[in-house]
Amino acid sequence: MAADNAPFVRLAGIRKNFGAVQALAGVDLSIPAGRMVSVVGHNGAGKSTLMQVLAGTLAADAGEIGIGGVERQAGYDVHVAQALGIRCVFQELSLCPNLSVVENTRVVHPGLGGFGWRRRCRALIVEALDAIFPGHNIDPDRTAGELAIGQRQMVETARAFTEAGTKVRLVILDEPTASLDADAASHLLRFTEAARAKGIALVFISHRLPEILGHADEVVVMRDGEVAGGGAARDFTEERLVELMGVVREAASEGGRTETSVGALRVEETGAAGRRLPLRLHAGEIVGLGGLAGHGQRAVLQAVFAAAHGRDGHWRVRGSVAYVSGDRQSEGVFPLWSVGLNTTVSRLRALAHAGIISLRSERTLAEEWRRRLEIRTPGIDRPITSLSGGNQQKVLLARALASAADTILFDDPLRGVDVGTKRELYRHVAEAARAGKAFLWHTTENIELENCDRIYVFHRGTITDEIPRAELSEERLIRASFAAGMSDATGMSGAPDMSGAR
Amino acid sequence: MLAEIRLPSASPRVLLPAAALVAMLVLIFAMEPRAMSYFGLTLLLNFALPAVFAAMAQMAVIAAGDIDLGLGPFISLVNCLAATWLTTRPVAGIVALALLVAAYAAIGALIHLRRLPSIVVTLGASFVWLGLALLVLPTPGGGAPAWLTTLLAVRPPGVPLPVLISILVGLIGWLLLMRTSYGTVLRGIGGNPRAVARAGWSLLGGRVALYTAAGILGVLAGLALTGLNTAGDATVGTEYTLVSIAAVIVGGGEFVGGIVSPAGAVIGAWIMLLTGSLLSFLDISTDWQLSVQGGILILVLGLRALEERPAA
Repeated sequence: MAADNAPFVRLAGIRKNFGAVQALAGVDLSIPAGRMVSVVGHNGAGKSTLMQVLAGTLAADAGEIGIGGVERQAGYDVHVAQALGIRCVFQELSLCPNLSVVENTRVVHPGLGGFGWRRRCRALIVEALDAIFPGHNIDPDRTAGELAIGQRQMVETARAFTEAGTKVRLVILDEPTASLDADAASHLLRFTEAARAKGIALVFISHRLPEILGHADEVVVMRDGEVAGGGAARDFTEERLVELMGVVREAASEGGRTETSVGALRVEETGAAGRRLPLRLHAGEIVGLGGLAGHGQRAVLQAVFAAAHGRDGHWRVRGSVAYVSGDRQSEGVFPLWSVGLNTTVSRLRALAHAGIISLRSERTLAEEWRRRLEIRTPGIDRPITSLSGGNQQKVLLARALASAADTILFDDPLRGVDVGTKRELYRHVAEAARAGKAFLWHTTENIELENCDRIYVFHRGTITDEIPRAELSEERLIRASFAAGMSDATGMSGAPDMSGAR
Repeated sequence: MLAEIRLPSASPRVLLPAAALVAMLVLIFAMEPRAMSYFGLTLLLNFALPAVFAAMAQMAVIAAGDIDLGLGPFISLVNCLAATWLTTRPVAGIVALALLVAAYAAIGALIHLRRLPSIVVTLGASFVWLGLALLVLPTPGGGAPAWLTTLLAVRPPGVPLPVLISILVGLIGWLLLMRTSYGTVLRGIGGNPRAVARAGWSLLGGRVALYTAAGILGVLAGLALTGLNTAGDATVGTEYTLVSIAAVIVGGGEFVGGIVSPAGAVIGAWIMLLTGSLLSFLDISTDWQLSVQGGILILVLGLRALEERPAA
């Protein structure tokens, strides 16, 4: 085994590219046994990718991986990681909803089969739950699907600490407190101290800076796929963390919007439950929804969309609404249809005379949008799946713009689209806004927010800041994303349930 | 807080169809008291055997989050093989049936490896099964192997054979799928495949295991049908596709999410079967049977939606 002072995990020069995108640009990380290292960073900083490499679910392109003092990079995968006692509590819940708590415990312990496994699994999970969340009140025979989201998170966390065969050496906690109430969160944080005393190393990823500074031993700040700084947690302040997380980028918005002619109110939040800043959107405006991904931005888009169809009383929406999703596979394209049909489907009612669609005007409309958005296809009759991802996304944008909707909701629509296409699309969005359309734009890429007139920043389901474009800075955005400097009681008592946003 | 009284596996999902089955039996016995005897029940439930096996086969596929539209013609094919080859050339017959089970395993592997929708693959397979059945036995005929008819004519003391076998099949299915640890993992595949894979299990292996079980159960359904009909017919099994799906759903299963109940599937198969008897006792043409079966399915799904809404 390793010498006592060697770290349990030593990562060096870890690189990972996804196509042309560099997610990790040579990251070094060492995690000593019995210590809790907190990794912080904004969207796309590379935290999740790094954790996936560490957990073995993603292979690094280059770099060294040493676990327990032994070099492991060749053939390092999830099986090896598990055999070495590395566990991961993933951000998206990975329980089987149709299985009971006991049965879910069995799934992660391949060696636990055989007669009496149920009794053994029950003992394991109940013991872990009792140890971490005293008074948890979870019936281990209930199926995971029947539990509230917070309870599911507790089960998942407790499950990572159960031991059968291999000893737990390192647990990666990816936002473990995100859906826990204050009580359960403090129980968990107290438990991490007991775990550390037993020699378990912990990685703690959180968006709550006070939790990090109050409980972690060490902090590593990531930015743009690199480590931007780090050290003992007691040497850091919230200010310093925020400073390290953000770089002041040169303004990248080209031909950006200078004048905004604000028109009539299109969307207005009337029943802002506990929100300090009510959301408003006017005709001709592009309003961004920023902050860390999954903090309630999508829920707002869905609520506005529902309200436009008369199904949500908390919002007043005037005019028609179109929705463009970044998840084009499941929410966007009709994969068996042609480019043209995919474009015009939003406009069929206007194209029809007495219920019969005029094929000629349908073609004309499709051709017009192909030309305007420069969709690269030999013809509008080609199947949509023959297009590149970026061009498919253009078609979806064309569909929304062609729909004649007054307000267009963007749910991170340019995720995974190349830079050149993005620039083109920004231009079209700006043009459409000048023509009076209103945009509500949720993006996980902060740089995209520079295309917006105003930005609402979300933190745990509430709006923590409203930033006019002229005042937009990376630092202010990150500060609001982490609700830094605000007491963490910003309407948090009710621990907003984000299940709707997932 | 009041402790909730709850039996671990007797959820409303299974209690509802069980209550419906009891109601149907009471109605049948009230109209035809003679059915309440050993021979009455044997007669009434004889055809429960192929239906129960078919429901269990379908359940294995639904547990993986898939659906099998080829089961009925597959049962027909087994029926044709059993009525011809198995009688005249037993070795060839046994080999052919083993190959059919292997084909089911291969379909499971194909669906997993190529990420194909099971509904399309099994629909395609259904035409293959039908074509093969017609090749084996172009016109209805043939005869069941003697051992098969003898086996199905066994009269165990006390409990009629179809009841005994239904209970045994339900019990074995419950043990394998609900109580063993690997069965739990298999259901996990239907619930959250990513989580199961991340825990280090082979999804391919799991799906092949479930489809193999479906193939074996499909063969058993075909054999039971042959023993009862004592002849072969290339279209005799067609309706088992829909009956088996309906049995699983009526018995508390869901189309997605790996939610299944072996006991419920057996009960569902009985309910589907008894609709025919109930109609004939009510002096209604059995031409209505399919409509009634479909109506029950819609009713069950509707009631379930009502039950689940307040909990959500």
